[in-house]
Parts: sequence; C-alpha cells; structure tokens
Amino acid sequence: MTCTEFLALLDEVIDDEVSAQTRSLVREHLKGCDHCEVTLNTTLKTIEIYRDHDIYEFPDSVRQRLHDVIIARCKNGC
Amino acid sequence: MATIQIGENEQHPDLALVASARTGDVQAFETLVNKYDRQIFRIAQHITQNREDAQDVVQDAFLKAYEKLDQFQGNSKFYTWLVRIAVNESLMRLRKRRTGKMVSIDDDIETEEGSVPRDLADWSPNPEQNYGQAELAEILRKTIQGLPHGFRIVFVLRDVDGLSTEETAETLGLSVPAVKSRLLRARLQLRERLSRYFRQKKAGEK
Repeated sequence: MTCTEFLALLDEVIDDEVSAQTRSLVREHLKGCDHCEVTLNTTLKTIEIYRDHDIYEFPDSVRQRLHDVIIARCKNGC
Repeated sequence: MATIQIGENEQHPDLALVASARTGDVQAFETLVNKYDRQIFRIAQHITQNREDAQDVVQDAFLKAYEKLDQFQGNSKFYTWLVRIAVNESLMRLRKRRTGKMVSIDDDIETEEGSVPRDLADWSPNPEQNYGQAELAEILRKTIQGLPHGFRIVFVLRDVDGLSTEETAETLGLSVPAVKSRLLRARLQLRERLSRYFRQKKAGEK
C-alpha cells in the first residue's frame, strides 16, 4: 500500500468501515510509515477534540429565555 | 460518542413525544426542546458564526417544527428533520447578513488547501494539556471558522453531532459521495490548521 492509497482510505479507516483484509494492509503500511501514522493519529485527535469541547457557550439564562418564548408561543398556537 | 441503538421494530422514543405534541400536548414538545436545543444552537452557531443569529435560529427552528409537526412523516428521525429546518433557517440568517446574497452549502468549497497532509509533526503527548480551557476553545473556534462553510457543516453534523453519512446527506440535500468527499477534506484541513498550534516542538524551537 502506498501513502496515496492510504490517504484515499483515511475516512474509512477512521470510521472503521474497511474489510479485515484492507485493515491488515493498512496496519502493515502504518508500521513502516511514520508520516501516515502521524496523519491518522492527529486526524483522530482533531475529531476527538472538537467532539469533547463545546466551543460556543449557551448559557442557562439564554436557554431559559428561549424556552419560555417557544413554549408560550406554542401554547398560543404559534 | 454514546449512541443508543434502537432495533428495527422498536419505535424511537421521540415519535411518541411528536405524536403527543401533535394533539396539543405542549409539555411533550418542551421535552423535545430540552433534549435538542443545545445541538441546534451549536449547529446554528457554526453556520451563522453569530450568537444572536444562532439564538434566533433555535427559537425559529423549534417554532417552525411545531407548526409543521403534521408534515413530519416519521420516515426519518425527528432530530434529523429538525436539523434540516435549523440548517435552512441558519442559511437564511446568513443570507440576511450578507445583504441578500444567495448562500448555499456549496459556497467556497473550490479549494485544494489541506487535501494533502503537509505538517507531519506529532502532537503527542496531549495538546490539550498545553492550553487552558478558554485558550483552547479560542483556538478551536478560530480554526473551524476558517473552513469553507460547506465543509464546516458536514464536519459538525457528521463528526461533532454524530449523524451518519446518510443522515448528513439527507439533511443537507447532498449525495453520499459529496458528503464523503467534503468530510475527508474538512478533517484534513482542520488537522493541518490545528497542527500549527499543536505540533510537538523540536528542541530549540520557540
């Protein structure tokens, strides 16, 4: 497997959508290729870090105000 | 991300709430608001990049959903139907900000930037340890805001919100291959941009 072939499969590898045979070829490639290993690890970390951190604040006071408006208008038939 | 697997014959719990809300049970609808408002706010904020607009989108998307509950077919999940409404509302807000210029999820995606990984430094042991919470959030905001919004929306729905590729495609009115192509480029571009902050410093580097 070449680096280009690995890159074309990156999303499938990340999402674990590759066959057992391809997975073993990927594993073999990663053993000998630091660049692709770093690309895989840092891309996984990119996804994880965005998933784990709420980067936009949504304060409870704002939530409550919006809820009150939404529910009041629903009760009045919008 | 924790996901709840529901068997083919099991009904998604949202469907019962939707059915009650249709009969005028506002409390049932309030449960749905409580359950999904944070995600809707996050999606709206990512698209509009404006806090007031995102808050308006939360309000308008839920009100529109309530008005149109009769049109919800139940073929898709209530949540993906709601997200579709929120995405459309967000794009409308964005259009208003851009004084009527048409805005679609196809804008600004003709870029080859970041399609090939260039920065190949490792980030170990853990980049989060080098930054405070607020500083890290600022880096993550700045970085994702720099993505074309057609990529950003796909990344947020698929990777942050946890929708499947098919649900993301359905929600955005894109084909599955288009979602896959955008997702790969979004992931790689974000990775490349974050690497400027997170790359492991070599000895002597400042």
